[in-house]
Parts: sequence; C-alpha cells; structure tokens
Amino acid sequence: MKILVPVKRVVDYNVKVRVKTDGTGVETAGVKMSMNPFDEIAVEEAVRLKEKGIATEIVAVSLGVAQCAETIRTALAMGADRGILVETDAELQPLAVAKLLAAIAKTEQPGLIILGKQAIDDDMSATGQMLAALLGWPQGTFASKVAIEGETITVTREVDGGLETVALALPAVVTTDLRLNEPRYASLPNIMKARKKPIVTMSPAELGVDPAPRLTVVSVAEPPKRKAGAKVASVAELVAKLRNEAKVI
Amino acid sequence: MTTYKAPLREYRFLLQELFDVGELAKLPGYEDATPDVFEQVLEEGAKLCEEVLFPLNRSGDEEGCTFENGVVRTPKGFKEAYDLFRQGGWTALVCDPEYGGQGLPHTLQFLVEEMVSSANMSFGMYPGLSNGAYRAIWHHGSAAQKRKFLPRLVDGSWSGTMCLTEPQCGTDLGQIRTRAEPAGTDGVYKITGTKIFISAGEHDLTDNIVHLVLARIVGGPPGIRGISLFIVPKFLVKDDGGLGPRNGVRCGSIEHKMGIKASATCVINFEEAEGYLLGEAHKGMRAMFTMMNAARLGVGLQGLALGETAYQTARQYAQDRLQGRALAGDKFPDKPADPIIVHPDVRRMLLTMKAYTEGARALAAWVSLALDRAERDPDPAAREEADDFIGLMTPIIKAMLTDNAFAATNLGVQIFGGHGYIREWGMEQLVRDSRITMLYEGANGIQALDLVGRKMPMHNGRLLRRFFHPVDAWLRQRLEKPELQEFVMPVMKAFGRLQQVTALVAQKGMADPDEAGAAASEYLRAFGLVAMGYLWARIAEIALGRLGGDEALFYKGKLATARFYMARVLPETNTLFVNIAAGAKSLMELEAEAF
Ligand SMILES: Cc1cc2nc3c(=O)[nH]c(=O)nc-3n(C[C@H](O)[C@H](O)[C@H](O)COP(=O)(O)OP(=O)(O)OC[C@H]3O[C@@H](n4cnc5c(N)ncnc54)[C@H](O)[C@@H]3O)c2cc1C
Ligand SMILES: Cc1cc2nc3c(=O)[nH]c(=O)nc-3n(C[C@H](O)[C@H](O)[C@H](O)COP(=O)(O)OP(=O)(O)OC[C@H]3O[C@@H](n4cnc5c(N)ncnc54)[C@H](O)[C@@H]3O)c2cc1C
Repeated sequence: MKILVPVKRVVDYNVKVRVKTDGTGVETAGVKMSMNPFDEIAVEEAVRLKEKGIATEIVAVSLGVAQCAETIRTALAMGADRGILVETDAELQPLAVAKLLAAIAKTEQPGLIILGKQAIDDDMSATGQMLAALLGWPQGTFASKVAIEGETITVTREVDGGLETVALALPAVVTTDLRLNEPRYASLPNIMKARKKPIVTMSPAELGVDPAPRLTVVSVAEPPKRKAGAKVASVAELVAKLRNEAKVI
Repeated sequence: MTTYKAPLREYRFLLQELFDVGELAKLPGYEDATPDVFEQVLEEGAKLCEEVLFPLNRSGDEEGCTFENGVVRTPKGFKEAYDLFRQGGWTALVCDPEYGGQGLPHTLQFLVEEMVSSANMSFGMYPGLSNGAYRAIWHHGSAAQKRKFLPRLVDGSWSGTMCLTEPQCGTDLGQIRTRAEPAGTDGVYKITGTKIFISAGEHDLTDNIVHLVLARIVGGPPGIRGISLFIVPKFLVKDDGGLGPRNGVRCGSIEHKMGIKASATCVINFEEAEGYLLGEAHKGMRAMFTMMNAARLGVGLQGLALGETAYQTARQYAQDRLQGRALAGDKFPDKPADPIIVHPDVRRMLLTMKAYTEGARALAAWVSLALDRAERDPDPAAREEADDFIGLMTPIIKAMLTDNAFAATNLGVQIFGGHGYIREWGMEQLVRDSRITMLYEGANGIQALDLVGRKMPMHNGRLLRRFFHPVDAWLRQRLEKPELQEFVMPVMKAFGRLQQVTALVAQKGMADPDEAGAAASEYLRAFGLVAMGYLWARIAEIALGRLGGDEALFYKGKLATARFYMARVLPETNTLFVNIAAGAKSLMELEAEAF
C-alpha cells in the first residue's frame, strides 16, 4: 500500500510570532521555518506502517514556495521514499490545498492519506476533511491510534469528552492528533540518504487547479495585552467583584 | 532554568555570509557536504540537543556520577540519551566511511560539538573522548588495529579515552611512570601504572572502553623521548570482533569536582593489562601531537558553547527582570520598574558576552575551515598554508576562548543578581563547567608557551605570516572606505602594535627564555583580541550592506556589537602591550621563599 503524507512548512513552534505592522499577516522574513508538528506525527505514523510491512511506499507532498523542498527533505530523512513539491508563490488556503492533493491522489492512487489535523500557523483544521469530501473517501480525523487490517483501518479519535473508534474502508483520509505517536529524530545516515531520494516539482496549473484564495483576510492583530490584576482583601470582595464588575457569576 | 536554542541563524551567517562553506564541497571526498546539507544536519542535531541533551544538564549536575565497587554510573537519563545519540549516527559524523563513518567535514562536526556542549557539556565529553581515540587509531594504527577498533568507536557502541595524566605529572609528560613490558608477541605489551583524571575512563554507556595510554617501554630512553602510545581495551577483543575476558584495567575511584559532574573523571589502574603498541615505539608524543589541534579546538568550542548558553539565558532575563528605573527617565512607566536591559551596566555585560561568543565562533569557524582544507586540498601548498594557520591559531583558540568563556559565564551570573548564585537557575553551573576548559588539554599558560616558544619561531616565522599577510591585505584594501573607518582604523592600529611586540618578544625571548615566558599569556591574549577584532570588522562590513533588508534587526545587532568591540574590548590590548613591554624583571626578582 502506498501512503501519501502532505507536509506543511510553517513558522517553527519555538518562534514568538509577531504581527506585521501593516496588519496583513505575521512576520515570516528571517524567521525559522519547520515542518508542522502534526505533520511530523503523520510522517512518523506512515514510517511505522512501513516498518510493520503494511505500507510499501511513502510519498511526501508539500505545497508552496520553493523552500518547501526542505520540509520534504525532512520527511525523506525520517523515512519517506520520495517527494512531490507543488511549487507556487500564491497564498494557499485549505480548499486549494485539498484540491491539489485530490488531484495528486488521483494519479498516485494511495491506499491512505495521513495528514496533520491542523497546521500550527493558521489552525484551520480543514484540509483533511475537505480532501476526504473531494475524493469521496471516508475520514478519520484527530487520530490518537490507527490499526490496519486488510482493507479496513480502525481509527481511535480524540473527541470532546472521550475517544471514539471508527472503522473505515480504505482508501481513507486520516488526520493526526498529538498523542498518536512521538516522531523520531532523523538519523545522520538517513539525512544523507534523503539527499539522494527524488523530489518531483510540479505547478498547480499542471494539476489543473486554480489555487487563488477564496477567503480574504481582513486584518491580523495581536491579542490584547494582559492587563495587570488587582488584589482583593477577602473572598467576599472577590465574589462581589465577580458578580458586579465582571458579571461572570 | 537556563535557556538554549541552537543558534542556527548564527551558523548560517558564518557559513554563508562571512565565509563560503560552499567551497568545502569542492574538496575531494566532501562532495556531499553542500551548504544545504550543513543546514539540515544542524537542524536535526539542534533538535536532539535541545530536546534530549539539554533537559539532562541540570539533573546531571545535581546527581553527578557515582562509583561503587569499581563500577561507575552516569546520571539518570544519560544512557538513554547516549543510545539515541549513537543510533542517530552522531558519533560517526566526521569519521571515515571505510569504517562506517559519514565522512563529513570538521567544520560541521565542530558546530555540532558546540551545540552538544551548549546543551550538556558533560554529556559531550563521552563522544568527544571517543573521537580522540578514533583519530589516534585512524592516524597511527595498523590495518588490523583499525579493523578491530574503529567500526565500534565510529558507531559509538564502544567509547574511548586518552590516558596521559599521572599523579606526578600533567603538563610535563616526560615524567610518566606507567610502564610497558614486552609480552612476547610482537607489538603486545603488559601495561602497569596509575593514570588519574581520565575523562570517560569508566562508565555505563558502552559495552567496551578503548583506552589510549601513554607509557614507557622498559629500557627505553628517559624523558619525553621514551614515551609510547598503546591501545588498552577494557575487555579484550577476540579475532571475530566479539568481547573476550576483562583486561587488567580497573577504575580506582572518581573525582569529586567543581564542574562537569556528569562526566566521570577516573583514576584508572593498569595491572599487567594487555596493550598494543600504536604507531612507533618511543614516538608516542609525536603521535599525540597529530591529534592535538582538533582536540584543543574542541576545548575552545566547549568554552564558547557555554558562553552561548549563558548569553541566551541572561539576554532573556535582562528583558524580563524589572528592577530600578532607567537613569534617563522611566522607559516603562506602567510597570513597577524597568527591565534591567535599560541599564548601561547590564548592557555592558550582555554585549561583552555577545562580542566574545560570536567573535569566538567566527574565529573557530575560520580555523575549522582551514582544518578541512589541510586534510583535503589536493594542492600541497594550500595544505601547508592551512596547516600553518591551524598550528598558529590553535593555542589562541584554546586559551582565549576558554578564558573568555569563564568571563562570560561569570557575567551571566552577575546579570542574574542573587539568583545567579542559586543553583536552581543554572547560571552558576555554567561557570563551574566552563572552568575546566582553561585547564585540560594543556593549561592555558602552556598554550601561551606553545604560541611563543614553538609556533612563533617555527619555519622562521612562516606561521605568523599566514595570519599577518591576509589580515594586512584586507585592512589595506579598506583604508579608503569612509564607512569602514571606525572598524578598520582601530584594528589596524592594534594589528600594527601586535606586529611590533611580536618582534620584541621574539628578540628578547631569544636572549632570555624567561622573557618569552613572561610575555606569553598576555601576548596570546593580545593576538587573539586582534584576530577577533579583524573578524568583527569583516562582520561589520557585511552588516552595513544588509541593514535595509528583512532582517535589519539581526544585522543591527552585528553592527552594534562590532562597534562595542572596537570601543570597549579591543582597547584591552593597550594594557596587554604595556605589560608585554614590561618584561620579566618584575616577575622574576622575588625569590620563591619570599612569596
Ligand atoms: C575534569 C578533568 C578532566 C581531565 N581529563 C583528562 C583526560 O581525559 N586525560 C588525561 O590524560 N588528563 C585529563 N585531565 C588532566 C589535565 O589534562 C591536567 O590536569 C592538565 O594537563 C594539567 O596538569 P596538572 O593538573 O598536573 O597541572 P600541572 O602540570 O601541575 O600545572 C600546574 C600549573 O603550573 C603551570 N605549569 C606547569 N608547567 C609549566 C611550565 N613548564 N611553564 C609554565 N607553567 C607551567 C600550569 O600552567 C598550571 O597553571 C583532566 C583533568 C581534569 C581536572
Ligand atoms: C547567598 C545570598 C545571601 C543573601 N543574603 C541576604 C540577606 O541576608 N539579606 C537580604 O536582604 N538579602 C540577601 N541576599 C540578596 C542579595 O542582596 C540580592 O540578591 C542582591 O541585592 C541583588 O538583588 P537581586 O538578586 O534582586 O538582583 P537584581 O536587583 O535583580 O539585579 C540583577 C542585575 O541587574 C543589575 N541592576 C539592577 N538594578 C540596576 C540599576 N538600577 N542600574 C544598573 N544595574 C542594575 C544588577 O547589578 C544585577 O547585575 C542574599 C543573596 C544571596 C545569593
């Protein structure tokens, strides 16, 4: 079985993001970029399925600027076999990404697509669901455990208030939650081997998709600064303030 | 808690802006070592250092190593971290592919070593010593010795040590008493004696430990010319590579020491232990010398690494700690006080740390690039030039970088105020850990003697010219550039005086060796400060051209630090030049009994 793993290049989770002065987005110039942590989990899961002999090939896909090739390299160093880079300078929104991935899935015919449940830059949590809908495949989102048996994948999902287990017929789309696994560190030999693995570059046009944004960003602003707290003398005063000033009880 | 994130942007600046690491990939054998490989390897290495090694730094210091019945245990978590490190192939980075290594450049290895030491210097000692043993065997071993020992040292399943020091001698290895008696078979000896202070001499991280031991073959010449080098494994190694019986090597105790507490510093007793002559008989010191440069550069890097961690942590603290008001008026009137970064004195400390650490890294990168050329350049003249340059700069890097590291970590404590003195914050550990770097691999005073007594006169001053000529040319080419005057002029002046005192020290030292000895430490420091000044001038030139771009803040930081260096660090050379000129008299006239 072939597994497709989309990997997104995002601002590294350690970076303290700053909003651009003109309010159009966040500052990314000169900022450290890394693979979306949820996608690392997706790559790890795919590699484990390959190590178990269930998957035969892992294809890592990234969409965006040329530097996304570095993100693909990271996936290759973790154990993916080859890469596809859909190169574009256009701003990509979830629907465009889902359409592009669907087009790739049609030619690649993977048995499974594993992707992060969301990306830590915009936290949309939409691409996996849209992709499943476009392909007409079943989806198992927010996975904390997956098991494949024959033509079925069992996905344990993290939902509000507990865990839900669904069985899906393959091919399917799975999105990863944090607890699914702990991604490995790429080893030095694998980093070096990854340099020799192929990455194919294509354009959105070649895939017949117009990636133009369908949503408009009105403005991006920093959250309001936390105001200094106030000390109260007694519980009674606290309760009174909560009731009369904050009006929360 | 201390803070550490690998300074990847700094690395990119050095490799791609100040120097051109792309040149390395043109050297035979380094074809794979392209700039993007550097980036990816450093990024992956950074993760391991930040997420696995760094969290064990404080706990390792608190717990230390333990010794019981000859068995040494490393602190909790070290074994697991070591396994991850070695399975990740990090012990193999710079090693020969013939023995399972990755064959990557020294320049990359040094940056990885820096990250490891910043995160956890004690941890770094174990693979560091193994790499020393690997290099000794790789350089001097027979084909059979290489086959037997190298693959396991490369994959990290065995580790190595360097056993030089004995109770009666550390610097003066001519006094070594450990003796080697021929055991009948050619090249096999029985080694007997006691070594002290042996880093990684005994521990629980690997299946076997390969000791490299300096000893005197019975009946050999006295003094330093009778010392030979031996391979002495903890467990004998069978012909099929499997482990045989325990050799006559025992750990007698471990030291309780000021810092690097998670690195086991051992007394190792050899009792008729089976040892194999490495290289030629009585030429052990010469064999050691071939590895000395890389080892000493490595120690310099340990220093700079700790300076980096101290700087990162102090920088954060200075932004957060609210104390006192800016002298020129409140900067943050809505807060109870201003962050201490507003105070000139705190800035003085932070900028000193930044100037030392980034200048040190530039110096180390310059030399490590030469190390790669010295090994791989097909042109013998280029190899010789690189070799000369490394020989000259190694004692400077070892001594100045470690002196500065102690100063920088100490400033880190100062910026933390009373909290710097409290263990919990981790700042005092950095001071303690950094202190050893000034002592081992040749105490810093010995480095200064090496510079003045050996490197300076070598080949009629040829080594000096490898530094003086290119620096002179660079400065001269910029005399007419007004925007660079504030950098070029002070460096030019100090550089000129350095050349003058060089002649003075050479001349006075020739007539009276005590004169050379008296000037040595200050000469080394002056040399180092000038070399770093030259690099800060080069950095300023680059930064000036990039202030308008996306990363203006980064380059402003470079430029301001270069200015600080010229105004407040380089002038230290003035005092040093005066001291050098003062000569030996005021040091030597007092008789020892009068102290
Ligand atoms: C934590 C730790 C780890 C170590 N790890 C190892 C290891 O793995 N392997 C190993 O073999 N050793 C190791 N050492 C030993 C270390 O290399 C020695 O301590 C060092 O070489 C200094 O030797 P010494 O302690 O005998 O000092 P000494 O040689 O007694 O020196 C004392 C002082 O005198 C000065 N001095 C000595 N001779 C001269 C001279 N001719 N001219 C001017 N000044 C002089 C020195 O600069 C120094 O300041 C380690 C030591 C420590 C503390
Ligand atoms: C072992 C120990 C024993 C102690 N014993 C006592 C005791 O018995 N009684 C007691 O009351 N306290 C005691 N202290 C506290 C000690 O006096 C304080 O730690 C010290 O005054 C520094 O204050 P701080 O730690 O808050 O540092 P901070 O005031 O936060 O200073 C941090 C850094 O900022 C600098 N800085 C702060 N303000 C300014 C400014 N306006 N201009 C320029 N630079 C500035 C400082 O020089 C320092 O480098 C003790 C501390 C220790 C560690």
